[in-house]
Amino acid sequence: MNTCPEQIVHYMHAYLDGEISRAEERELKEHLDNCTECKEIMNSLSESITLLGSVAQVKAPESFVGGVMARLPKEKSRAGAHRWLRSHPFLAAAAMFFVLMSATLFSSYGNDQQFSVTKQPNLIIDGQTVLVPKGEIVKGDIVVENGELRIEGEVDGNVTVIRGSKYMASTAVVTGESEEIDKLFDWLWYKMKNTAKDIFSSSKEDGQDED
Amino acid sequence: MDNLVNKRINEVLKGNQDAFEEIVTLFQHRLYQVCYRMLSNTQEAEDIAQEAFVRAYINIHTFDQKRKFSTWLFRIATNLCIDRIRKKKPDYYLDAEVPGTEGLNMYSQIAAPGELPEEEVERMELQERIQYEIGRLPDRYRTVIILRYIEELPLQEIGDILELPLGTVKTRVHRGREALRKQMGKM
Repeated sequence: MNTCPEQIVHYMHAYLDGEISRAEERELKEHLDNCTECKEIMNSLSESITLLGSVAQVKAPESFVGGVMARLPKEKSRAGAHRWLRSHPFLAAAAMFFVLMSATLFSSYGNDQQFSVTKQPNLIIDGQTVLVPKGEIVKGDIVVENGELRIEGEVDGNVTVIRGSKYMASTAVVTGESEEIDKLFDWLWYKMKNTAKDIFSSSKEDGQDED
Repeated sequence: MDNLVNKRINEVLKGNQDAFEEIVTLFQHRLYQVCYRMLSNTQEAEDIAQEAFVRAYINIHTFDQKRKFSTWLFRIATNLCIDRIRKKKPDYYLDAEVPGTEGLNMYSQIAAPGELPEEEVERMELQERIQYEIGRLPDRYRTVIILRYIEELPLQEIGDILELPLGTVKTRVHRGREALRKQMGKM
């Protein structure tokens, strides 16, 4: 080995790194053919590398990923809400529906300033004033919006006044419920109740149709 | 693959912890393997590899997405392994490098703690023997040899992982090969 040129060992490593030039490789080969000692070194270097390459690939245990996730610091709640929405698409959609629904209801609350009244045969309407005349009996419900209701006779049903006023004479009789709605919340509740009533009554009719 | 990894990293950056699970799944075996080869102990390998992922998660905002994620991950893991190896060593000062050598210090002059009698080594199965020989390498050589011949990474990438110039990586690979040849001479 002492008599061997020093660069031969460098060539061996350059060869193993795949970074040897053709000229150097020729020189190395020539030397190895003539020097059993160097050839042995070269062989055992390659062999040890081959052995390393034959090593079995070890795999992380089954519980590995779970273990990492358990060790992570707790995430911020903002992300939690995002994920909740993503994993509950139906509830998210329902929530969205209610938000939009109430938005349309609120906007119609402001816009809906027109006077209206439920038509009943013996009601007297004078401008924005609705009169239940003395001695008359109105059969059915009365709803007045944006107007005044004066009751001097009898109403055989419910009376509802929305954003208006109600005057009841001493002779007035209302057999059903009497309501005055002028607050946003009351009004919203009323709308919802009516919607629900409509739905139920129409489904009841459907049921009768089937019979 | 890098695109997918970067996509998941961006989700993690937005606060979605679950996106990190996919990253762990993708790299778990490679990272575990490197740790196991470095430490020769399955429990320690699992602990250190998991810790490496946790550190990666905590510091994910410092990762430069123009670079390779595996390189960054391997850097965290190899540093943790080397710390662990150094902590296990006796705490008198043998770190000083012997002048005129690269990576040779007083440790290399004394037998490794895991050194076994020759008869026992000869009775080992091949797989066990290979791990034993890797474990006997000084840790500087061990790291490059594992990355080069078990992970089969190019020299440049090993340099990126260990933050060493290419020339130093080559020298360590050469010395590591020499050390292995001498150790395994009797096989």
